[in-house]
Amino acid sequence: MSTLQKLFPSRSGRAAFLVRFTLAAATLLLVAPALLNDFRLGLLARYLCLAIIAVGIGLAWGQGGMLVLGQGLFFGLGGYAMGMHMKLEEAAAQNLDVPDFMSWSGVESLPALWKPFESAAFAIAACVLIPMVVAALLGTLIFRQRVRGAYFAILSQAMAAAFVIVLIGQQGLTGGTNGLTNFQSFFGLRLADPADKRTLYLLVVVVFLVVFLIARQLVRSRYGKVLIACRDAEDRVRFLGYDPTLVKVVAYAAAAGMAGLAGALYVPVVGIMSPALLGVVPSIEMVIWVALGGRTVLAWAAAGAIIVSWARTDLSERFPSGWLYAQGALFILVIAFAPKGLAGVSEGLQAHARRLWARRGGGGVREQEPAEKRVEVAA
Amino acid sequence: MSDALLTVRGLKVVFDGFHAIDGLDLTVERNEIRFLIGPNGAGKTTLVDAITGLVKPAEGSILFEGSELVGRREHQIVRSGVGRTFQTPTVFEQLSVLENVDVAASFRLALPKLLRARRGTTPAVTAALEAVGLDALADAPAGTLSHGQRQWLEVAMVLCQGPRLLLLDEPVAGMTGEERTRTGELIQRIAGEGTTVLVIEHDMDFVRRFATRVTVMHEGRILTEGTVSEVQQDETVREVYLGRPRDARGAGTTEVVA
Repeated sequence: MSTLQKLFPSRSGRAAFLVRFTLAAATLLLVAPALLNDFRLGLLARYLCLAIIAVGIGLAWGQGGMLVLGQGLFFGLGGYAMGMHMKLEEAAAQNLDVPDFMSWSGVESLPALWKPFESAAFAIAACVLIPMVVAALLGTLIFRQRVRGAYFAILSQAMAAAFVIVLIGQQGLTGGTNGLTNFQSFFGLRLADPADKRTLYLLVVVVFLVVFLIARQLVRSRYGKVLIACRDAEDRVRFLGYDPTLVKVVAYAAAAGMAGLAGALYVPVVGIMSPALLGVVPSIEMVIWVALGGRTVLAWAAAGAIIVSWARTDLSERFPSGWLYAQGALFILVIAFAPKGLAGVSEGLQAHARRLWARRGGGGVREQEPAEKRVEVAA
Repeated sequence: MSDALLTVRGLKVVFDGFHAIDGLDLTVERNEIRFLIGPNGAGKTTLVDAITGLVKPAEGSILFEGSELVGRREHQIVRSGVGRTFQTPTVFEQLSVLENVDVAASFRLALPKLLRARRGTTPAVTAALEAVGLDALADAPAGTLSHGQRQWLEVAMVLCQGPRLLLLDEPVAGMTGEERTRTGELIQRIAGEGTTVLVIEHDMDFVRRFATRVTVMHEGRILTEGTVSEVQQDETVREVYLGRPRDARGAGTTEVVA
């Protein structure tokens, strides 16, 4: 018994996490707003929205083994739910019966589908719950049939593609190819106002941090271990009395809810939600972020989304049209030399540093890596 | 017969027209250690697969404590109190030994409780790890275990679930003599604590030492059933294992049946 008690999760691991998490939160909440101009801060808000999707993918794919190639579907469901509410709010402010794009398409009265989104509470709940319910239904059907691996990946991608087709086909209902755009305000925040934009940025940071903590709790919990067990030997898990369908649906729905929430924040941050943001190609890019960052470590999955998106902006500014090649090269490099992504690279470097430290006569002192080195991990 | 735990009646399992199990009847009573022996291809593992829901029988019924198992899904059968191990042990390599057992032990937790992190170990987990002698390796990743240790781990995982019927598929394959003795003693202890054990095994020496009753299977049916010595005296068993009686004077006689 006493030997076993020594093996419990050590307090030091928890303390190290708290330090890293606090540093990351402080960086995002205090340092970034102080150092970045309004334009860059807006970009960071956008990257953080994408990082929220990445955390969900890290959960479903990294921990649960479900290669979710169609997260654009859930991102879009959340985004459109929020976009619809914002459009209605503005139409009401201008005493219009229907949002602007509808009257351009000749739609005179508000479609029934739009009616519930007049309520702010409904819209906020819908951003998270609609993606989760859709994922739970689809997941139950798919996982119960024991569809997995590449077949699941293709199926999830097809759903995103189908969603795009529906959106484009329903011009009067969804804004078609243009999507929902031309937003002015978000729950009283004026989107053109710099001070309000900073408030919006802080909201995004807080949501990101909360989502990260929820995902981390899922991974650390007993459920998280069962999820890993399902990933590695699903058939064995059945004979331990668990229903793998249920285990996987929980992670899939959680990832969908996170993508939906990301979509809901993306709309006010960027000012648009359109089919081009959530089709097959964007959905694959979401997975690439996570692959680059490291799919088995949540913080690195999030970091992957931020780093790749930042690199994309930066390179596009300097070498227009060069980004696609850079992204391809980056992906090839990671697959060839760092299959665990940046998380693996960081792990290797830390192990190397520890060995050097020990050789220099650190005398067996096993210091934790300085927390500053890992700020970007939690970011 | 009054104390039957498991009753299999008229069971048929067909793979592509091949009758792997062909009208099998079997009764296992409470608290016995029943060994299932028979030549390769006799259908022993298929029988265990059918009981645990891995293969769907074409016909027949499997009653466990009076309720039908045929048609239930694998995890539901486990939840009704039937545990099993596999010939090739599968453990969760990315988890530690302790986590493997803890995952198994938590199978009845409702989702809200499952969403909490593990704090400490439950007595059932500790007991299971100590029973199989893996307590010293509790923190090691299961992927680093040897074949024999993985078999022990599988046993610990199924033990901590407290099944009333435990199906072990060749639990001592690849183990040394001493490890076999420990496994046998463990099986006896499990049976003493109220779990009925059904063991598939090839090692006749092991069967002799630990079986209370032996069932011999051949070509998808029960050939005979009885105590170890009764089975060893049985002419048909000798025939099945050694071919026709005329050829039965080979060196294998003593080794397999004697």
